[in-house]
Amino acid sequence: MFKKILLAAPMAALLAVPNVEAADKIKVGVVLTLTTPASIMGRQMKAAYEVAYDHLGGKMGGKDFELIFEDDGLKPNIGKQKTEKLVKKDKVDFLTGYIWSHVMGASAPVALKAGKIFVSANAGHSLYAGKKCHKNFFNAAWENSQNPMAMGSLLNKRGVKNLYVLSLNYAAGKQMVAGVERTFKGNIVGKDLVPTSHKDWSAEIAKVKAAKPDGVFVFYPGAWGLAFFTQYKQAGLDKTTPVYSVFSVDGANLPVYQKRKMKQLIGTFNTMFWAPDLPNATNKRFVADFAKKYKGQIPSHYAAQSYDSLMLIAAGVKAAGGDAKNTDAVRKGMEAADFSSVRGKIKFGKNHFPVQNFYSRQVINKGGKWQMSLRETVVEDHAPVMSNECKL
Amino acid sequence: MNYVLLAEQFFNGFQLGIILFLVAAGLTLIFGIMDLVNLAHGTLYMFGAFFAATFVLLTDSLILGMIIALPVMLVAGILLELTVLRTLYERNHLDQVLATFGLIIFFNEFFLIAWGPEGTGINLPPYLSGIILLPGGITVPEYRMVIIVSGLLVALFLYLLVSKTRIGMLIRAGASNREMVGALGINIKLLFTLVFGLGAVLAGFAGMIITPITQAESGMGESILILAFVVIVIGGIGSIKGAFIAAILTGLIDTMGRSFIDVALLQIMNAVAAETAGPAISSMLIYILMAVILAIKPSGLFPPKGA
Repeated sequence: MFKKILLAAPMAALLAVPNVEAADKIKVGVVLTLTTPASIMGRQMKAAYEVAYDHLGGKMGGKDFELIFEDDGLKPNIGKQKTEKLVKKDKVDFLTGYIWSHVMGASAPVALKAGKIFVSANAGHSLYAGKKCHKNFFNAAWENSQNPMAMGSLLNKRGVKNLYVLSLNYAAGKQMVAGVERTFKGNIVGKDLVPTSHKDWSAEIAKVKAAKPDGVFVFYPGAWGLAFFTQYKQAGLDKTTPVYSVFSVDGANLPVYQKRKMKQLIGTFNTMFWAPDLPNATNKRFVADFAKKYKGQIPSHYAAQSYDSLMLIAAGVKAAGGDAKNTDAVRKGMEAADFSSVRGKIKFGKNHFPVQNFYSRQVINKGGKWQMSLRETVVEDHAPVMSNECKL
Repeated sequence: MNYVLLAEQFFNGFQLGIILFLVAAGLTLIFGIMDLVNLAHGTLYMFGAFFAATFVLLTDSLILGMIIALPVMLVAGILLELTVLRTLYERNHLDQVLATFGLIIFFNEFFLIAWGPEGTGINLPPYLSGIILLPGGITVPEYRMVIIVSGLLVALFLYLLVSKTRIGMLIRAGASNREMVGALGINIKLLFTLVFGLGAVLAGFAGMIITPITQAESGMGESILILAFVVIVIGGIGSIKGAFIAAILTGLIDTMGRSFIDVALLQIMNAVAAETAGPAISSMLIYILMAVILAIKPSGLFPPKGA
């Protein structure tokens, strides 16, 4: 359907028929990574925006709206160009999407300078939760160090005393490590941050083996996880030392892990603010409709955040009586966040980041489909630690 | 000092060196003999990975799949040489860089479209997924040992090919003085095609045997290509022996750096500084090595005679 809308727009322009209705339409620009290996996440997010569109009946505050998708190619400069295009050419009212902290860092200033409301559906750069917070910047996901902080608490609960920390050497990777170090009470017996070009962990795995920890903290999203977990098993460590991961095993890559028969992941724990079996009516409906839309897959947290991002925007427009140009009224409505979220309830701090619960989840095989299963609430009403640095 | 860890890291570094050697051997021949800067050499590595993964899936046998993939690599390499690279020999290096960079972009997108963003992989069969226990409690995954042994066999094969056969004599002569070989009535076009095909098979073989460890994905060739260039610069362009020694050296230094540099830095600075400096310095080590060797021996450790 969106293809039709996208095709219809330039055609309408060609025919030069004055179209009052189209001009009146609310436009939402969505920047995602739809090419490169990272598109595993981006494609799920796109589908989730489409599910949210269907659930809203294509309307916000009684007005028709459209979604305009763009691909950032996992590059900050392209993300910025696409944001400029959406702001200047398409004249969108809102910008959302943005998977990567560094792409968002390059793009958000463009949108904010033009007075647009910006909703990050994933990138949780710590600076934007603290010093760089902005009245028109919202995040419908989390701040980078929140989830690893929850993982630190889970490790304490599970009695892990000696931990080895493995992560990637870039902004988000370092923020993940800072998070787990903040809450984990035992000893950190070793730590390795590998460059993002890394594909062979032989040296690091030998170090883990020599350090003999009782748990390994891992942040290896996407393709890094595929290679790392394979090698971890080849070294025989999966049998002796359990892995506790954040953002490395998720709904987007579980189907790939299952296809590769990586059974060592069954039973492993991770933490997240949401799970596909979180019991509430909105979530049930979202999970069911998402499967219909996207290859029968169970949505990942990336998808859940994307759904909430659009619902957040819709709540703002509704509060402004359908007037998307009235930024002040829309912002007030978004701060109130009166909508039914896949999280159950949702509330935002003054830095416009969610204040939310984090849960432990376990990978299970249910009905021949690998999935995340909710275990327990690890932390309640958690706000980013740098929230008080925000002067809003 | 933990000697078990040291020994294990030695095996890990040696195994990385073997993979680097397989990629660099072809690169150094193509650069040294044909004077062709082939940035798409990493793409051939990716070819090997995807071909092997596909054939392993089809035949349901790791060994059979890889055996089928080898001649396919040879054909792919020769086809690439005949259709694209042959036209580039007369051009300058900048044209070659641009054209082969175009090949990288084309094939990365092609594999992304054909195999999807998640790429593909090879699962190790049970008889290769064990762990070898060496004296003193040193453990090495079986498959990594397979890589080391098969890489050494290939190195031995290349040594015999280059030093004991007629084709090897022509390769050596080509590396020393290309024009003279042509002037003596050798079919230089055929020699180039064969050398390129050999390089493609070697790079493809490296991609094949690494796939069960790192998986196959679009764009996997670029990071190995940079290391391979470092190796051939250190080893001396055109020299197989130089490529072998430089590859093992690079593999060992890179792995040892990643394993021990943070511990070493802790002796001279505080934990926070060591933590930040460790990864930075260890990823720089091989480039520092390259700079030092270039300063002492500008044409590498083992430049071909007469070059």
